[in-house]
Amino acid sequence: MTSPLQQKLRITGPVVVTANRLGDGAVIYRTGGGQWSTRLEQAEVVTTAAAATTLLAGATADDINAVGAYVAPVRQHADGGLQPGNLREAIRHAGPTIALPGVI
Amino acid sequence: MYLYDDLDRTLVTERAAEFRDQVARRLSGELTEDEFKPLRLMNGIYLQLHAYMLRIALPYGSLSSDQMRTLAHVARRYDRNYGHFTTRQNIQFNWIKLAELPDAMDDLARAGLHGMQTSGNCVRNITTDQWAGVAPDEIEDPRVWAEILRQHLTLHPEFSFLPRKFKIAVTAAAHDRAAIRVHDIGLRLHRNGAGEVGFEVVVGGGLGRTPFIGKTIKPFLPKRDVLSYVEAVLRTYNQFGRRDNIYKARIKILVHDLGAEAFAKEVDAEWQPIKDGPLALDPAVVAAVAGHFRYPSYEALSDNPPELAKARASDRRFATWFANSVTNHKAPGYAIVTLSLKPEGGPPGDATAEQMDAIADLADRYSFGEIRVGHEQNLVLPHVAQRDLLALWKALDALGLATPNVGLVSDIIACPGLDYCSLANTRSIPVAQELTRRFRDLDLAQSLGRLHINISGCINACGHHHVGHIGLLGVEKNGEEFFQVTIGGQADENAMLGTLIGPAVPYAQVADVVEDIVEAYLELRTRPDEIFLDTVKRVGIEPFRERVYATR
Repeated sequence: MTSPLQQKLRITGPVVVTANRLGDGAVIYRTGGGQWSTRLEQAEVVTTAAAATTLLAGATADDINAVGAYVAPVRQHADGGLQPGNLREAIRHAGPTIALPGVI
Repeated sequence: MYLYDDLDRTLVTERAAEFRDQVARRLSGELTEDEFKPLRLMNGIYLQLHAYMLRIALPYGSLSSDQMRTLAHVARRYDRNYGHFTTRQNIQFNWIKLAELPDAMDDLARAGLHGMQTSGNCVRNITTDQWAGVAPDEIEDPRVWAEILRQHLTLHPEFSFLPRKFKIAVTAAAHDRAAIRVHDIGLRLHRNGAGEVGFEVVVGGGLGRTPFIGKTIKPFLPKRDVLSYVEAVLRTYNQFGRRDNIYKARIKILVHDLGAEAFAKEVDAEWQPIKDGPLALDPAVVAAVAGHFRYPSYEALSDNPPELAKARASDRRFATWFANSVTNHKAPGYAIVTLSLKPEGGPPGDATAEQMDAIADLADRYSFGEIRVGHEQNLVLPHVAQRDLLALWKALDALGLATPNVGLVSDIIACPGLDYCSLANTRSIPVAQELTRRFRDLDLAQSLGRLHINISGCINACGHHHVGHIGLLGVEKNGEEFFQVTIGGQADENAMLGTLIGPAVPYAQVADVVEDIVEAYLELRTRPDEIFLDTVKRVGIEPFRERVYATR
């Protein structure tokens, strides 16, 4: 399988790097300080292929904390607020769109 | 129930211990994800959108009340208080933490449960008729053969790295409730002209990206040869199946490319040298496996006892449920009861921990401690005395498990879709939920008769949309969810693929489109007992296409 780092990135807007946390699979985002956060607003946003490649390389190297890092689109508002860039990422960010049956 | 022996217990326990060590090494960094991923997949652990997902095999869909309680415990202790019964007679937990998985696996192993071969390119959980052993129309219990195959193919080194996953289904009934013609191998027990019982062997069926109905390559295979012949099919596939393209790696592509006749010749060439070797089944071995199945000691009862007749006459809701969810049993005075996991507005196939515990208690009280899972994502209590049906129904009704919609329009098969699955393009569950609301009127649902809706959130077809009477396939177009609509599919002994009726429709219109199709059917059918499928066969898809697209 081709590593994400071997794939040529095509960036058409603001993106972040996201992955799943090793211990519990939670959705996490790569921060500017080379850490991970479950909060999208703390993600580092980049807009060029070169910057995304660098961000992804750092994320992928952190194999002990994160699994399956990849570049995902975001929408950035004028006030700096971030929203996931597509439905898949929105569901990863906010959880299933349905009520969970087992909630007690 | 099949009773595990020491060998089975040791295998499962040792596997759990190995997995504990593997997880510890992954969490410490000793194993990379690339090294660990194949190991976790071999134990049924996927990484989905939000969390790890654990898939537990329920061999041939059979489980004890104690095993059901263990599933409830896992749901409560390690997950979010529910589980999802799948179309492959498995259960999935959607929120398991990797760090807690070894403890969960230990708890499951103590109940004889595991996730072995629920993922990866190996022979997956072998499925069968959820009414096996109790259905009046079967010629013998197919689970014995599923168990023989399970034992032979569990951790079989030669078949642990096949070109792609491999699914086997077995049936022994005239009516195929196991969908054997859409499996990699389908085995149908039947009687030949001489009165002998053997297998029809069907290969190369499957859904997904490239759907095929399986081809019969052996109309009658003596029972003694089933292991050697399945071994020969697997060897042929292992040798000639494509490994260069994941989309062309399933056996169905090989059978299609070679042609069924040429494929059968290759299988025969593999089979002849081994058919009379150690894999030829000694009747004593078959009897020993059969002897591990424990059948209830049924009382001598009569059908339709007075208390049942009285309840059916006096309680309309009970009578409706009885007509819909209760089926004849081999033993006089007993019944097979299907528990709908398709309540109005509910995710198809989901059960809470509380429901699982309650079902286990009801199984102990009314079904000799046994429960089944069917590929339609419902549960079954297989041995209920007819005199107990009213009491059982009252208990199920209180638990939300007595929706009388089995086999009806709201008994929808759906994959988890984009709400959970990392492969999905679209959501499936909300579509199913909306349809159950649209068709909440049970009188209407009853009047429609048998009508199966199947929903898949992507081309991988986990919701079996190709063989739904109405099939819905989610596709993504420019970031938006759309659904392709097929009609006329069926999964039984007359299996066929549905036909696409036109361009994909937007997510928000799917329920309207299904309602349009149902309204067209009501207008087109010539009599009330002409089911949807028969109407489609009689008039074709054109009237439905016109109805759906005339105003869109």
